[in-house]
Amino acid sequence: MCLAVPGKILSITDEDDALLCAARVSFGGIVKEISLAGVPEAKLGDYVIVHAGFALARLDEQEAQRVFTTLRQMDETSR
Amino acid sequence: MKFVDEYRDKDAAARMAAAIAQVTTRLWTIMEICGGQTHAIVKYGVDRLLPDAITLIHGPGCPVCVTPVELIDKALEIAALPEVIFCSFGDMLRVPGSHSDLLTIKANGGDVRIVYAPLDAVKLAQHHPEKQVVFFAVGFETTAPATALAVLQASQLNITNFSMLVAHVCVPPAMEMILSAPHNQVQGFLAAGHVCTVMGYTEYELLAQRYRTPIIVTGFEPLDILHGIYLCVKQLEAGRATVENQYARAVRREGSREAQQIITEVFEVTHRQWRGLGVIAGSGLGLRERYAGFDAVRRFGAAAPGAMTPTECISGLVLQGVKKPQECPAFGTRCTPEQPLGAPMVSTEGACAAYYRYRRLPNSRTALQETNP
Repeated sequence: MCLAVPGKILSITDEDDALLCAARVSFGGIVKEISLAGVPEAKLGDYVIVHAGFALARLDEQEAQRVFTTLRQMDETSR
Repeated sequence: MKFVDEYRDKDAAARMAAAIAQVTTRLWTIMEICGGQTHAIVKYGVDRLLPDAITLIHGPGCPVCVTPVELIDKALEIAALPEVIFCSFGDMLRVPGSHSDLLTIKANGGDVRIVYAPLDAVKLAQHHPEKQVVFFAVGFETTAPATALAVLQASQLNITNFSMLVAHVCVPPAMEMILSAPHNQVQGFLAAGHVCTVMGYTEYELLAQRYRTPIIVTGFEPLDILHGIYLCVKQLEAGRATVENQYARAVRREGSREAQQIITEVFEVTHRQWRGLGVIAGSGLGLRERYAGFDAVRRFGAAAPGAMTPTECISGLVLQGVKKPQECPAFGTRCTPEQPLGAPMVSTEGACAAYYRYRRLPNSRTALQETNP
């Protein structure tokens, strides 16, 4: 049930009330309307992780690389 | 898909598994709390990449599985009413109550609908003012902001024909129950990454300290899970017990303050009965008094105590990690996803469904990426 899927923000509705703020988000081509009430800082083109129509968090591109950096470092030390 | 495919890379997974083997010198037992992670582990064969010294125990992190039978029965009673449109996540439809399930109610003419988001149920209420629309709010902290937001929007829009049957549960009290049990075997935890996107992980810091147990906030892809295990084993081997954040691309220490505000505006902490586990203090969320008008129990009456017919189902033991699904005498024969005896065989997060679906019979092997779309 805690399944959440990353998607890219295509457009954001113009809404003053943060609770009603929504976006069109593409999940590998499937587009759905998603609430941005939990991530008011999200911008056009950002990736957000979405669960039950609600964006839980903005994905951090730099942090996303960390596991691969760790792997590279491990490879180097074992050489 | 970006942020997904790269974490399913077979070569990277093999390298991470080798790193785990390198740092493991003793026997360790680690529990992944979330059923979503259990499914990924079984689907991709993550546990089969691990050294024999590491045992994974599957935790009770399946909200559908732990929803008490009394609430399922109440849902069935409400869903059968002619004036009701009953909305639920798809997972709940086959979960057995005392005598029936939502799918049977639907087959008998009840208006039961699967929704993707709680806000979809609010829209249905707007479009059907002549009907009572009831949403079955099941889930952990991950789902709570979405259901709370539905209540807030219904309140703002003055929608009076919308209500919610609330069965929300919270993860940290369940982890504490496991850690404080006299026969606890869990030496390290993989905490549920998506719960932490909302709540952060400060609560886990107290648990890690109190029970001297490392807790790794972990994502859901195979490489995430292997990385989480690697970090956990490293701590165990070094005798450390802290919280580490493997899933930093989505989780910040303080979580999402906005989502937390939405939850606390609508819900308050309550005691909650977990199916198969019993009552866990402070482990549930219920509607605050100011939103009591949206409480389906107030609107349709309280749930009667459940009268579950005893079956051979051992789901309580499976949920506690004491037994594996295939140790149940009914597994895969008298209990299947189509004809389940217990909820863990139904849910996409239930351990029994994971073992059944990915054919985890004693001699089968699942290769990483074999089933990767």
